[in-house]
Amino acid sequence: MAERVAEGGAGAAVTVPTAKAAAELVVPRRSRVLEGLRGYGLIAAMWIRSTMTYRTSFVLSTFGNAAITLLDFVAIMIMFSHVDELGGFTLPEIALLYGSCSASLGLADLLLGNTDRIGTRIRDGSLDTMLVRPVPVLAQVAADRFALRRLGRIGQGLAVLGWAVSELDQVHWTAGKALMVPVMIIAGAAIFGAVMVAGAAFQFVAGDAAEVQNSFTYGGCTMLQYPPTVFAKDLLRGVTFIVPLAFVNWLPALYVLGRPDPLGLPGWVAFASPLVAFAVFLPASLAWRAGVRSYRSTGS
Amino acid sequence: MRQPVVGRAGLYGAVAAGGFRRYATYGTATAAGVFTNTVFGFILAYTYIALWDERPGLGGYDQSEALTFMWVSQALLSAGALIGGGFQEEFQERVRTGDIAVDLYRPVDLQAWWLAGDLGRAGFQLLGRGVVPLVIGGLAFQLALPSAPLRWLLFLLSVLLGLVVSFALRYLLGLAAFWLMDGAGINMMATVVSIFCSGMLLPLTVFPGGFGEFVRVLPWAAMLQVPVDVLLGGGGAGAAGTAGALGFQAAWAVALLGLGRLVQSAATRKVVVQGG
Repeated sequence: MAERVAEGGAGAAVTVPTAKAAAELVVPRRSRVLEGLRGYGLIAAMWIRSTMTYRTSFVLSTFGNAAITLLDFVAIMIMFSHVDELGGFTLPEIALLYGSCSASLGLADLLLGNTDRIGTRIRDGSLDTMLVRPVPVLAQVAADRFALRRLGRIGQGLAVLGWAVSELDQVHWTAGKALMVPVMIIAGAAIFGAVMVAGAAFQFVAGDAAEVQNSFTYGGCTMLQYPPTVFAKDLLRGVTFIVPLAFVNWLPALYVLGRPDPLGLPGWVAFASPLVAFAVFLPASLAWRAGVRSYRSTGS
Repeated sequence: MRQPVVGRAGLYGAVAAGGFRRYATYGTATAAGVFTNTVFGFILAYTYIALWDERPGLGGYDQSEALTFMWVSQALLSAGALIGGGFQEEFQERVRTGDIAVDLYRPVDLQAWWLAGDLGRAGFQLLGRGVVPLVIGGLAFQLALPSAPLRWLLFLLSVLLGLVVSFALRYLLGLAAFWLMDGAGINMMATVVSIFCSGMLLPLTVFPGGFGEFVRVLPWAAMLQVPVDVLLGGGGAGAAGTAGALGFQAAWAVALLGLGRLVQSAATRKVVVQGG
């Protein structure tokens, strides 16, 4: 019974942001982005309140979220109980790769991860309700079921990253290298976020194909936590020039570590991550718009 | 009211077929899953090559055996619901909403009913998401797949036992919903343990020392590590090794199914059916 009340509470809260937003129907068009952010914030806040009704479950799942990724790192540590180097990289160097991509993915997942539910929403028809609300659909889809437990992965990634930075004795830290670390995490999150939006747009065409997007985000992160020297050159070219995941952490991290890039790209590419993030968001958001425009309700 | 045993076998067969068909309807999702398993397979394959280049024979596998281990794992993950999925969330939802009372009222065994449905699901996942990644992995890398049909039969038997162990453990998660209001937290913790202790991240024989010995006797070993070892030749000890491996799985299956029945009877005593 208690949870029925709680659900009723959450359900009632759903109407609050939409009602408020409806009152703002007349806002000028240039504030669409602000309006989207505001809608996003209200929906996310509603989901946070609803999550907090099951406090124990929230704590468990946040911990679990951190633990799932931590075990990835434990597996790498087990590997390093047998070897001193992997692909020529030491454990702290791999920890730098691991921590940065884990934090980036965690951040993107927290802010945009739920866009992968769009396929389900198309199938069950619940996308229709979002289309009639005066909040940008992307903001609604992204904030839908906003999962604060994903802070677990971000925290765990940052912890491993902190350990890596403290262990990397051979790195001569300059201002540029120190600045590169936070820039890499934020630009990386933006690149992962663009992949998520593009993946969601793909589901307008392909139907329930959330896992394709997962293989680029989660799969990409699994790849990026290992050194690029481990992988075949063709794969490296693919993740540099086609889906530019190499800009999430490989290229900036190679600069921090003072290591050459296996593809022999010029040195300045290490600084290109924010630009690449911007460049990939453009086609991703165009694809998203095209997807929403082409959407025909299933009628269910 | 009691039906003859043959009729019951037919009934559970129909439930299993229903489970199979239900997942077969999600064509796009299956194709996307095949894609994901294949992508992960490629990424992990390169890391395994780097690791086994550095340490040949690590964990008792040569490089092509290690690659086989990894690709067969990718083929078994969805069937064993090792990365989440499966029936337990639906079961928990039925407990939460009270629909479970309807299930209890049916003249069928609750555990056997869900086992049949889950085996049907697993059967589809094995064919739908298992075969294609393994074939692609076999084409792209040098794998050590056996040619003897008997080995493959023993492997399938071992997979079946692994699926039953997986079910039995997840049934306990499902039953936990009678006490916990929300299963999300416990399901996630269970997935964490299953990813780590099944051999999905690294073969359990690579885990060091006493800790390695410990994870190799846990039920999760029966879901992935043991079936792959049976395929690769029974952990090095030939026929005796294979028999021991299958016995290990069967013992966990019986123990966990038995525990499930005990917990189930305690849980159903808690059920209060409200009218209205």
